[in-house]
Amino acid sequence: MDILGLYHYWVFAVLLMTGFYAIVAKPNLIKKLIGLSLFQSAVFLCYITFGKLAGGTAPIVGKGAELFSSPLPQVLILTAIVVSISTTALGLALVLRIKEAYGSIEEDEIQEQDAP
Amino acid sequence: MSTITLLFSIFLLTLLMITTMAIVRTRNLFVAVMLMGIASLLIAASFFLLDAADVALTEAAVGAGISTVLFLGALALTSERERSPSSLPLLSLGIVAIVALIVIYATFDQPPLGSPSAPVQAHLTPWYIESTRELIDIPNVVTAVLASFRGYDTLGEVIVVFTAGVGVLFLLGTGASASAAGAPLSEDNAGLRHYLIPRILGRLLIPFILLLGFYVQFHGEYSPGGGFQAGAIVAASIILYSLLEGEQRALLVIPQGVLLAMMVGGVLLYGAVGVAGLVLGGNFLDYSVLDSDPVKGQQWGILLIEIGIGITVAGVLISIFHAFASRGAA
Repeated sequence: MDILGLYHYWVFAVLLMTGFYAIVAKPNLIKKLIGLSLFQSAVFLCYITFGKLAGGTAPIVGKGAELFSSPLPQVLILTAIVVSISTTALGLALVLRIKEAYGSIEEDEIQEQDAP
Repeated sequence: MSTITLLFSIFLLTLLMITTMAIVRTRNLFVAVMLMGIASLLIAASFFLLDAADVALTEAAVGAGISTVLFLGALALTSERERSPSSLPLLSLGIVAIVALIVIYATFDQPPLGSPSAPVQAHLTPWYIESTRELIDIPNVVTAVLASFRGYDTLGEVIVVFTAGVGVLFLLGTGASASAAGAPLSEDNAGLRHYLIPRILGRLLIPFILLLGFYVQFHGEYSPGGGFQAGAIVAASIILYSLLEGEQRALLVIPQGVLLAMMVGGVLLYGAVGVAGLVLGGNFLDYSVLDSDPVKGQQWGILLIEIGIGITVAGVLISIFHAFASRGAA
């Protein structure tokens, strides 16, 4: 049971590094942004996992519930999700302008054009 | 968490890992974006199982809905296929594998899932839950922490969202030139208007999505919800309308000027509530002075700033969508 209780953190590690791999190893700029989204999702999952309390419910005080999972990580991640979509959109806008200026969204091709 | 729920949660997360690997492996970016939608939905379901109903709602609306549309808009303007690499990046693979193993090794020091002795549960959490009952008296503690206890953070986040929206508009233009005001409605660039079934079904859905958005906005103190989720849901319904009826008609419903006013207005409303606290003799963003009864004042403040958040988030997300879509039309 204790080992199963760590599974969420292992998924966090795998997800984090899968996203990171896409960021560093893929030359395609959109793929890098997808990787960044995955990386962020991993962090979100980690925070929400921290807040979970065994036997608790969602932190909405009502009849019949006495134990609540922690609201604080949820608040941080709730706002972070909306911020992440806005920043991803900003990244995509930059990629579009790069495509218009260089005719490519592959990192190495862009750097070749920039080389003197 | 009962054993069944835990096992289901593990099942979802395993599917999530497989989906993530597929996203990174595939060379077809269109496939990758579609899989991202699935991954988002799996994460949202996992959040729900981890008692984070508010977060699940946001992730489902933002990740599976709006994010997919934005990535597709970007793909339409770039290319769908990723060039195959010259060689397998063995160095990156090695580093990534090593770091993953180190992180997994570090998790053995973590308190297991749901442990009541975890540091998160020890200090602030009981205080927030007790104080919400006493000082604010609304059932949803997440809303109370978001809007009142940590109102400064949230103001900052709203400003970040606003800034990102302004940045996208600077980079891509507002799209005002592409759909010149007063131009006759063209039938060619008109979304899915010629496809009867999606159009009729989609139009049936839009009012209900909007209604859900407003419910989530105004019921956020009592049930999962609030400005961030409502803004995303309302934006999703307007984006659906633009996809069905074309850009031009959507801009007739909510013109660009109104969207800009929403982006600015929401942030200003939030700031104004903060300043009102100062003027009435309290601290910045201290809502208890807004009414003769401090608890009532808190509730008023939360209601107002949640409306501000909702307006800004909806305005920013719809503007971003229009900026991408009109770039494609131009």
